[in-house]
Amino acid sequence: MLCLGIESTAHTFGIAVASESGEILSDVRAVYKPPTGSGIHPREAAQHHVQIAPKILQEALRKASVRAEEVNAVAFSMGPGLGPVLRVGATVARALSLHLKKPLIPVHHAIGHIEIAALTTGLRDPLTVIVSGGHTAIVAFSNGYWRVFGETEDITLGNLLDALARKLGYPSPGGEKIEELAEKGGKYIDLPYTVKGNDVAYSGLLTAAVKKLKESAEVEDVCFSVQEIAFAMLVEATERSLAHLEKKELMLTGGVAANRRLQAMFKEISREHNAVFKVVDRRFTADCGAQIAWTGILAYKAGVILNVSESAVKPRWRIDQVPIPWRGDGICV
Amino acid sequence: MRLIKKGAEANLYLSELNGKPVLIKRRVEKSYRLGTLDRKLRSYRTIHEAQLIHEAKSAGVPTPIIYLVDEESFTIVMEYIVGERLKEIFNKPFKRSHVNSSRLIGKQVALLHRQNIIHGDLTTSNMILTEDGKLYFIDFGLGYHSNALEDRGVDLYLLKRALTSTHHRVANRCFKLVLEGYKTVLKKDGELVTLKIREIERRGRYHGERM
Repeated sequence: MLCLGIESTAHTFGIAVASESGEILSDVRAVYKPPTGSGIHPREAAQHHVQIAPKILQEALRKASVRAEEVNAVAFSMGPGLGPVLRVGATVARALSLHLKKPLIPVHHAIGHIEIAALTTGLRDPLTVIVSGGHTAIVAFSNGYWRVFGETEDITLGNLLDALARKLGYPSPGGEKIEELAEKGGKYIDLPYTVKGNDVAYSGLLTAAVKKLKESAEVEDVCFSVQEIAFAMLVEATERSLAHLEKKELMLTGGVAANRRLQAMFKEISREHNAVFKVVDRRFTADCGAQIAWTGILAYKAGVILNVSESAVKPRWRIDQVPIPWRGDGICV
Repeated sequence: MRLIKKGAEANLYLSELNGKPVLIKRRVEKSYRLGTLDRKLRSYRTIHEAQLIHEAKSAGVPTPIIYLVDEESFTIVMEYIVGERLKEIFNKPFKRSHVNSSRLIGKQVALLHRQNIIHGDLTTSNMILTEDGKLYFIDFGLGYHSNALEDRGVDLYLLKRALTSTHHRVANRCFKLVLEGYKTVLKKDGELVTLKIREIERRGRYHGERM
């Protein structure tokens, strides 16, 4: 069977076709770029997605060498994300589902990040760290749901890096640029380190970093210190969860997962705790249709199907509210 | 000296002092973080933990006796508490012991808060129930002083989340009882802190209620 997946939660509009055996037959995307120095504007991003959608759809089908009628199910990112942007993806999905008379499958965006990582790493029951613009959370599966063991209490790691990049005049997403600058820095600047139990908080760090920039600290050193501190906070919280749950697998997924320094830090703690550490395939770190299409396959096979009348988007859908029937009972902690 | 647990931030060793079993908690170097940051965190937490463990005792909360603090080696030598971790107890189906323990947790957290102590890491891994029914709080490494409602709220919110993630079958019932116990010590503040917890939850990401 084949599932067409539509991702549309933030900057990216993507469509992919996945097969039951876990092949990603195509994965096409377009990224809305806000003007330099400003963040995402929901309405403008939505307009971008509307304009690009037909082309992305055609490309996705062409690259997969699949005719629309051959698709068995249509999955879409129902949430969480920006309302106007989510509605673009949902509208395309509903239209396709009705036109093709194929079932409509709702997918939670972050569950998509998890499942595409599980597919490409082969891990079965990992403690999972999701790092992206929308999520910074430490989760593990237990008894039908992904349970949140730690998360950010304010902004995400992606927000932090993007906001810092914007202050420096670089476009969003800016994580890659910060990483590049950080590699050139090396002087440690003391900035707030906030760990609360297994939770982290980044807004104080952002404020302090911006202040340092105004005081004309070297840009490279600020980026270096922000990365060192922000990552160490998350790694510490993760190590606590790892020790608490005694999991033997650790998985990193989401846009910020591409950061090499962050990967190296997680690798260290997994070695300490004799856990296997794997990162989502680099092609799927950023938001993409593939994460939706593949999760759509899993959901469809488990009988998760939506009526069009119930398909209103969920901008604030929390990850621990999503039933996951395809993972069985899971390991109980 | 025998290594009995490799925790997230410290190694725990069992040893003997004057014929009594003692626990040695050593905060080990974390190679993933910068040396400067690593030493700063380890030294700060070692000193503060010892202080807070001591203060908690005067607040009326059972904690291990501190025998020795060595800042140079980031080490605390303390009493070895024999008992069952609450994590194990709460993993069992709901019964009487959940009710008593939950109320006792709440009462003891309030005793700490009344003395302006925030534990900072209230989880069922950090509580030990002894045979004579005493509930020991351990691991004050993330603790600090504050009388702010916000900090009290976060302290309890973290406990709530620890319960829902690790003990989802009993979490709601237990947390309700925790708040009950809390209010037996801090009556009015107990009401305020309950509202505060809701506010903290809504401030987090993707809570439907926030809209």
